[in-house]
Amino acid sequence: MSSIISVANLSKTYGSGFKALKNVNLDIKRGEIFALLGPNGAGKTTLISIICGIANPSEGKVMVGGENIVTSWRKARSLIGLVPQELHTDAFESVWATVSFSRGLFGKPKNPAHIEKVLKDLSLWDKKDNKIITLSGGMKRRVMIAKALSHEPQILFLDEPTAGVDVELRKGMWEVVRGLQQSGVTIILTTHYIEEAEEMADRIGVINKGEIVLVEDKATLMQKLGKKRLTLHLASKLDTLPESLAHYKLDLCDNGATLVYDYDTKGERTGITSLLGDLRNAGVRFSDLDTTQSSLEDIFVDLVRTS
Amino acid sequence: MNLHAVRAIYLFEMARTWRTLLQSIVSPVVSTSLYFVVFGAAIGSRIDHVEGVSYGTFIVPGLVMLSVLTQSITNASFGIYFPKFVGTIYEILSAPISYFEIVLGYVGAAATKSIILGLIILATAGLFVPLHIHHPIWMLTFLVLTAVTFSLFGFIIGIWADGFEKLQMIPMLVVTPLTFLGGSFYSVNMLPSGWRTVALLNPVVYLISGFRWSFYEIADVSVVLSIGMTAAFLVICLVMIGWIFRTGYRLKN
Repeated sequence: MSSIISVANLSKTYGSGFKALKNVNLDIKRGEIFALLGPNGAGKTTLISIICGIANPSEGKVMVGGENIVTSWRKARSLIGLVPQELHTDAFESVWATVSFSRGLFGKPKNPAHIEKVLKDLSLWDKKDNKIITLSGGMKRRVMIAKALSHEPQILFLDEPTAGVDVELRKGMWEVVRGLQQSGVTIILTTHYIEEAEEMADRIGVINKGEIVLVEDKATLMQKLGKKRLTLHLASKLDTLPESLAHYKLDLCDNGATLVYDYDTKGERTGITSLLGDLRNAGVRFSDLDTTQSSLEDIFVDLVRTS
Repeated sequence: MNLHAVRAIYLFEMARTWRTLLQSIVSPVVSTSLYFVVFGAAIGSRIDHVEGVSYGTFIVPGLVMLSVLTQSITNASFGIYFPKFVGTIYEILSAPISYFEIVLGYVGAAATKSIILGLIILATAGLFVPLHIHHPIWMLTFLVLTAVTFSLFGFIIGIWADGFEKLQMIPMLVVTPLTFLGGSFYSVNMLPSGWRTVALLNPVVYLISGFRWSFYEIADVSVVLSIGMTAAFLVICLVMIGWIFRTGYRLKN
């Protein structure tokens, strides 16, 4: 898959001397959903702002759809739709007027049929004549997506699209994003909700302290870094672990009622067979067992802590 | 040239005017009418002619200029400050639109509003005093030049302001006094010679003088100087706006 966005050696230093981005290199593939994860202040919004033309880079080069964002900014920007993190709207405009305004701003002639389709896709059609101030938070968020889609962009940036949106609406939003991907739009989303990245993304990038720590296919990432946990519910409580089990790094939890064993799925040997054999030899019996895969959240927290 | 964008910004700003009709058009017309009642009819009736025209007639160009100056600044500064304040500026900055086009949209709309307002005030003045415009083309030239120049100035204030207080400060504390002292209600020639020299440092004197000349062929300073000063101020504003966009001052951090 070819790159639709290519970021090379990008750095950003603010007037205060704060380095928001440090030599960032990143390629976004055409048609994918890319999730950019990172704690607050990691540089997510700065990176998006530079690609979209809102902030000036200090160093480095950004290509969008083969166009340089500095020398060929008009072509580059016309490919992008941006939904910023904050709900910035013209409170007294109608939904129809504000979405039409955005289309004009991006240099496209009027196309009521397209605006109608966008509003219908986002379940905003019956609100088209309402003033934005009268809409709920979730609807305002959708108006902002409608504005970003009004000029038929090839790339859509969603900066924290579901912040402050309830679970029901969040799932609705995911459906919308999936639909957009199917129509050929490349989507870059930043999120705090790991669940969102896990649910939506094809690839995941982690940014911390202005540096890209990792970029990986979601599945590979989960497999590569994912740990599994075996929990054994003991038939009778243990006060201490038998000496013969010391080398397994087991945790005795719940006042001796459960044994927890973490193992690496990518390792040659998981150690489970020998552990179970040694448990039987030591006379430790268990009534039940279960295994769980570590979530993206655990992986993310690990990465950020170590970077 | 992204004409669709210029049109979108222009129409958006004009729509704001119609939405706030009372504040944008009716209120300046009412306050100007009050000036005519107070200065033209009440006090003016006790004042002799000024440079050959009745006092009520004499103050018309100054009053039109007073409104055009303040409204140009207010409209343009608010037009660009408000998107900064509510955050919708992100869309303008991320759109494929050049700085020149942004200015064209915002300043064009602000100047249009001021020109419409100036003409409405002129028509209102016609209800109170007899009007005769000797040089209508020059009158329109001065009106348009002043509206554009001060809309550019307002745009700069809107970019510079980081709060509503600053937004109000320049129009209230600088422009209104300069306009009042710039010969809206009197001829600078009526001042003692020392004060006349001081008054000539006020750029608004040249605008009002030129504008009044286009009506009655009476001026405090030569018309060429009036045009020259207006053009000079226009160039200064353009240079400042060029610098703002080149550096991203208060727009891109």
